[in-house]
Amino acid sequence: MTAIALETSKQTKPILDPPVNLSENDNHQPSQKPKAEVGRDRADEEKVRERLRLLVFPSVSLFLLLFVWELYSRQNGVTLPGPTAVFRDSHHLIFHPWFDNGANDKGLGWQILASLKRVAIGYTAAAVVGIVLGFMLGKLRGMRQGLDPLIQVFRTVPPLAWLPISLAIFAKSEPAAIWVIFITAIWPILINTSVGVMRMPRDYENVAQVYEIRGWRYLTLVLLPATAPYMFTGLRIAVGMAWLGIVASEMLTGGVGIGFFIWDAWNSGRVSDIIVALAGVGCTGLALDRAVALVANLVGTQID
Amino acid sequence: MNEEKFVEFSRIQVVFGSGSGRYHALDGVDLDLNKGEFVSLIGHSGCGKSTLLNLLAGLQLPTEGLVRVAGKAVTGPGLDRAVVFQSHSLLPWLSVEANVQVAVDSKHPDLPKKQRREEALRLVEMVHLQDHATKKPGELSGGMRQRAGIARAFAAKPEVLLMDEPFGALDALTRGSMQDELTELWQSQQTTVLMITHDVDEAIFLSDRIVLMSNGPRARIAKQWSVNIPRPRTRETMLEHPEYLLLKRELIHSLNDSHFLSAA
Repeated sequence: MTAIALETSKQTKPILDPPVNLSENDNHQPSQKPKAEVGRDRADEEKVRERLRLLVFPSVSLFLLLFVWELYSRQNGVTLPGPTAVFRDSHHLIFHPWFDNGANDKGLGWQILASLKRVAIGYTAAAVVGIVLGFMLGKLRGMRQGLDPLIQVFRTVPPLAWLPISLAIFAKSEPAAIWVIFITAIWPILINTSVGVMRMPRDYENVAQVYEIRGWRYLTLVLLPATAPYMFTGLRIAVGMAWLGIVASEMLTGGVGIGFFIWDAWNSGRVSDIIVALAGVGCTGLALDRAVALVANLVGTQID
Repeated sequence: MNEEKFVEFSRIQVVFGSGSGRYHALDGVDLDLNKGEFVSLIGHSGCGKSTLLNLLAGLQLPTEGLVRVAGKAVTGPGLDRAVVFQSHSLLPWLSVEANVQVAVDSKHPDLPKKQRREEALRLVEMVHLQDHATKKPGELSGGMRQRAGIARAFAAKPEVLLMDEPFGALDALTRGSMQDELTELWQSQQTTVLMITHDVDEAIFLSDRIVLMSNGPRARIAKQWSVNIPRPRTRETMLEHPEYLLLKRELIHSLNDSHFLSAA
């Protein structure tokens, strides 16, 4: 709310813009106040209305979805539980995400956390390798021409198809799952970074050459900032794909993790649990996406 | 004036591309610049003025021929030949001060950090941007950006200053004051200047010599004029000087004389 108030005061009352002036220019205030208040009220009203829309419209569509789903589930012969049945069967999962009965019998919070750990390792590795390789591919034409066909083939291989190979390579399920994340997430990072390097305006390259900006300074002052928007676009696509990959691969590798939880619930016929877990997967995926966008904004890169 | 040849273009040929996309841009360009001389390059768009400038900057190499500065062949870009780019080309993610700092740091890598900072600030003040030092180029007007570009070029303390239509994008008033500042800087630093311009008045006001290029393809040096108006010049004294009108008439006539400009 304070941010909104500041914004409007900037637009309507430039004299009062620096907060210090509020106390110093007491004699200016009476004449300024009425006009400014009117502008602020109107702007505030618009903001409130906009927020209301953002609250009301999604609520309506959510309600419609639940309603149609409920109706459908009550038809004869339908085995899919409706929203009320899901709540009745699985509310313990919703309200107790951190229970721990040992082995795999843990709350959704633990399951998701275990999956996030795998994603963090695989994704970080993909980011480091992808960015470094992306820079090299962008800069070295020979390397690009040599590797491009391979990259184009590998990037279309679905995450799950990598799993048997990685199990064969690592012989253990844990590194195999992380490898699947890595190999799924690396392509968008690698490709976007190299495209960013190739599309760097010739002007910046000329400036770097004329003003002898080389080595470490070239990397940090020219190349990284110029390619950052592309890099972060790749990182953002990759985090979504990594999350897609983890859930799939855990279904096969087992252990604690949201993917295996879903598979396990299916095998024991707990469909309601699956639906709750799906909601958790979706929300976590959204949070990951937002987190990368937030990091991009923090380092001053505007990606949409 | 010192008559030593400081910059030499000799028998320059530049050919772009090959096959049907082949373009013979420059054909036999010979041009010398004396040390400390201010030379303007004029000619129609696409005649290869920028190509010539890029050759001296080292951003492009001639297909044939040689460019020499102080007797040494140009093989690539460097701080001794700073460029004020046509599109200012500041790094948009760095503040004005940081953009200038980059060139200072390249020029004096061994100086303590504090001294380098002071030098950058001095240059920012020199172009009167001290109140905007922490702003990004995107927050500045076109004139301010161009001034930041000039400050960066002077940070390199170049032997040769290359300017590609440095004031092209500016309004007349800003342009005038920038020209005055440039003259002052040039006189205090004694650099050799090669400037591309489309503005005949600007060329006369700033230059010791004006070089006209013929139209491309196969552009050459068509004609050269010395500007014998004494310095320091002001716009008023320039207008009153008998040479001014004669020179301007001849320049405009030559620019419009297509027969004279087209390659033989």
